[in-house]
Amino acid sequence: MTDALLKPVPLAKENQSPKATRDGFGEGVVLAARENPAVLAACADVTESVRLDAFKKEFPDRFVQLGVHEQFLVAFGAGLALAGKKAFVAAYATFSPGRAWEQVRTNVCLNEADVVIVGAHAGVTVGADGATHQAIEDIATMRVLPKMRVVVPCDALEARKATLAVARITGQSYLRLGREKQPIITAEETPFEIGRANVMRDGTDCAIVACGLMVGQALKAAEELATEGVSCLVINMHTVKPLDTATLLAAARLCSCVVTAEEHLVAGGLGSSVAEALAKESPAPQEFVGIQDRYGESGTAAELIEACGLGVSHVKAAVKKVVSRKKA
Amino acid sequence: MAQLTDAEKRQLALTANRLRGHVIRMVAAAGSGHPGGALGLADLMTALYFRVLRQDPKKPDWPERDRLILSNGHVCPIRYAAMAEAGYFPVDELMTLRKFGTRLQGHPERERLPGVETTSGPLGAGLAQSCGLAYAAHLDKAAWRTYCVVSDGEHDAGLHWESVLFAGARRLANLTLFVDRNNIQLDGPTETIMPLEPLADKYRAFNWNVLEIDGHDFDAIFAAIETAQSTADRPTVVVCRTVPGKGVSFMENDYRWHGQAPNAEQEAAALKELKEIAAKLASV
Repeated sequence: MTDALLKPVPLAKENQSPKATRDGFGEGVVLAARENPAVLAACADVTESVRLDAFKKEFPDRFVQLGVHEQFLVAFGAGLALAGKKAFVAAYATFSPGRAWEQVRTNVCLNEADVVIVGAHAGVTVGADGATHQAIEDIATMRVLPKMRVVVPCDALEARKATLAVARITGQSYLRLGREKQPIITAEETPFEIGRANVMRDGTDCAIVACGLMVGQALKAAEELATEGVSCLVINMHTVKPLDTATLLAAARLCSCVVTAEEHLVAGGLGSSVAEALAKESPAPQEFVGIQDRYGESGTAAELIEACGLGVSHVKAAVKKVVSRKKA
Repeated sequence: MAQLTDAEKRQLALTANRLRGHVIRMVAAAGSGHPGGALGLADLMTALYFRVLRQDPKKPDWPERDRLILSNGHVCPIRYAAMAEAGYFPVDELMTLRKFGTRLQGHPERERLPGVETTSGPLGAGLAQSCGLAYAAHLDKAAWRTYCVVSDGEHDAGLHWESVLFAGARRLANLTLFVDRNNIQLDGPTETIMPLEPLADKYRAFNWNVLEIDGHDFDAIFAAIETAQSTADRPTVVVCRTVPGKGVSFMENDYRWHGQAPNAEQEAAALKELKEIAAKLASV
């Protein structure tokens, strides 16, 4: 059983040009609309930024421009869903779900409305716009909501698959997207199933559990650590909720320690979720790579990744630390 | 809608009176709740559930039904009472209001009680969801209409005005909004807490068709709804001037009854007054 859970998935074999997860969403939502006439998309004055321009062009009647109205965006989307539609509501994550949290709670979750909250420009890699536009708490605020799914794709290709996946199931989901282009690390044949983690790399000394762009960072760290004699298993936990505890526990038991990595505050996000599961079932030393108790700032994505402790070197340091704790 | 006969109007008034009695008994038994606004909306709810809404209580999920979104969820006892009398569920169930395990939650929940349409209570969000419903119906060229009831106090909420702006701009003519203009909110009179006047002018400025009526006058309610249904180029708001606590003299126009349950003595006094009104109606 454990072996099957920890079998690595096929990954991209050759280099492709980098793309942002928002680009994958833009492609996926068009595909979803083609296969389901109930799919509608609404947007709060950021159409091109959230990559809904292609959808708007192909389905002008099914695209709704709402203006700078994030609370309205979510409540309106719930209304569409109550009338039988599948509503994708998209804005910058700082504003939706950020500004619209209570509408997500009451109008979407308590109604069990068929709405996908699309939070674009999440994380510090938004860059120059600065802290006001960098959502670093959205995984936490969405995952605490009963009935909410939280999906954080690791690259554009996975974002396309994730968009189709949340379109095909009913109920409420949060889809977290980044602005910056990132390397494509998955392949067309890489499986994607909501709630089923993908093992990206074999290893036995430490399990690195990551989501979003930190999956790529984790793979780079694992590659470098291998040359130093440390073998890392890398899990892409693209679905933060519901958490794939079976895969997590199998990896934690095999490696006896865990590093979590996310472009999010360490409080309340993927790391917390993993810690909750491990504490209950199989306690293991854990280190948290993520943003400590601070906001972001202006800068390039690369500068902010380093400044906020999300670099490859930070992942490597965390692995070394947790492995030493294991031996202690 | 044809002109109502006096007998029909009397019948509606008796129904509203019965709903008010339910509200008093329900809130008293629960020991908490919001009787003021609920009593004030009894006539509108009676008109909607017994003359206007195209619904089937035996098929609450009928796709072609008219939608009634109650934004000010705290007045739900009056909606529950109307639904029970209309046949959605047994009248006896009304007395479970706010009790553990009930389908009649303190603020209404869609997933617990069929026919409720949306979970509400947090103010300002009902019109936004109504816009979503009306927009979807328009897109589908469906015949059903969306009716939304909001309190005056919840006009303080910014989200409500986001929705007013959208509905006016997109000319959602299949959407009708009733404002329960009873001039009270939890902390006191609306015009003291956060003045709303001129309220009708605000809606006119947002490109709505605006009607102002006595919210206890059945002829006026039906005339307003007919006007709304025949207005093809914009949404209609019906500002219903109502008396909070209507029908119970010591509750009328007193904001302290917005969110307070009557004790046993007050309950008996209220029911006595309502019984006297019913007797007067029946004796005509």
